[in-house]
Amino acid sequence: MQNLRYEAPETLADATALLSAEDGVARILAGGTDVIVQMHSDLIEPDLIVDVKNIPELTEIAKEGGAYRFGAAVSGKTLMLHEDFNKTWPGIMDGVQLLGSLQVRGRASVGGNLCNASPAADSVPPMIAAGAVASVIGPNGARDIPVEDIVTGPGRTCLEKGEIVVSFLLPERPPRSGDAYLRFTPRTEMDIAVVGAGVNLTLDGGGACTAARVALGAVAPTPLLVAEAADALIGTKVDDAAMEALAAAARAACNPIDDKRGTIEFRTKVAGVLARRAAAIALERAGAN
Amino acid sequence: MTKHHIRTTINGDETDVLVEPTQSLLDVLRDELHLTGTKEGCATGDCGACSVTIDGNLVCSCLVLGVEADGTEIETIEGMASGDELHPLQEKFIEHVALQCGICTPGLLIAAKHLLEENPDPTEEEVRYGLAGNLCRCTGYQKVVEAVLDAAQVMQK
Repeated sequence: MQNLRYEAPETLADATALLSAEDGVARILAGGTDVIVQMHSDLIEPDLIVDVKNIPELTEIAKEGGAYRFGAAVSGKTLMLHEDFNKTWPGIMDGVQLLGSLQVRGRASVGGNLCNASPAADSVPPMIAAGAVASVIGPNGARDIPVEDIVTGPGRTCLEKGEIVVSFLLPERPPRSGDAYLRFTPRTEMDIAVVGAGVNLTLDGGGACTAARVALGAVAPTPLLVAEAADALIGTKVDDAAMEALAAAARAACNPIDDKRGTIEFRTKVAGVLARRAAAIALERAGAN
Repeated sequence: MTKHHIRTTINGDETDVLVEPTQSLLDVLRDELHLTGTKEGCATGDCGACSVTIDGNLVCSCLVLGVEADGTEIETIEGMASGDELHPLQEKFIEHVALQCGICTPGLLIAAKHLLEENPDPTEEEVRYGLAGNLCRCTGYQKVVEAVLDAAQVMQK
């Protein structure tokens, strides 16, 4: 870090070229709320910092047909101020609103929260539940990666040298859809999830669930997409029996650590409870639109 | 290490400064520009003592690199009073004794000012959530919340 270089390119091509050409440690800087802390506490010693906030594709929020696309470096606060996005994806915003403090959300981005690759990142389970797909660009071209496939372990992602998460595409929302994210923490603010659960579902005109996605955070080395939990809801009227099946599937998917913030037993039990409660909120939101 | 020349407007004054890419904005404010009103508490974004606004956006200056400040407008605690005339929030912090050791006070004032700009008539709960990113180990927050609510009333008149 003695010879740290700071670059703020204005195009994706320049950014990937800089990252690809660096032989030492390179880090992408979006909001910096993880990278700068890691740098100043000597957890990482980068030779190159590439600030991506001057690249338009990383900082825009736009509609593509009925679908939303937002840049990976868009700050939590910018998303919070986007009224229609909040109305369309309230569950994603449940997670975004829990990122740090107001000060942290003024900088922190969903792309950074994902690429920091913490199993407890609050914006990631609702993004997985939403079916978000990351658009990634690198020296060998562009590829689309479902958000659930990005994180491969604590602090590790599937991104290759020179690759950047540019933006996220969220599918167009059918009518009668709702999503929600809940987490358990000892404090209401400024804390890290002990367990997090995101649920996204769609109902038909008769109130039966036609599609669902369920994701859990902080109960395994990576955020999890739990297909069995979604299957417990699909085809039901999301009644008590379906809710209990959902909770059981959520508990069964858990593979948590045992630490001072939560035991394995506690995290597993709470995963079922939160999945159920998040599903109830998602159901209510789906009924309201 | 290559130094970067940055130009920012700090509390209305155009400022030129040379910064190293490793320096946080907090380091630049305190060590290069000697604006020591902004405090370092944790240096990890947890305590809010180093709160400033950049282009109207409330941030922890410890979580911003100095080089990122190029071309921005920054407001720090030094810009809050007009000469000898204190800002109503500063007046009310004194009146309500909303501080003891004082290290969190500049950050709390900056965050409170930002809060009242966005929400001039907040509820007590909104004040508590709005200041959740600012830790104080002395006051127990009650007097801080009372001072902000009182200042909000004065500022609306």
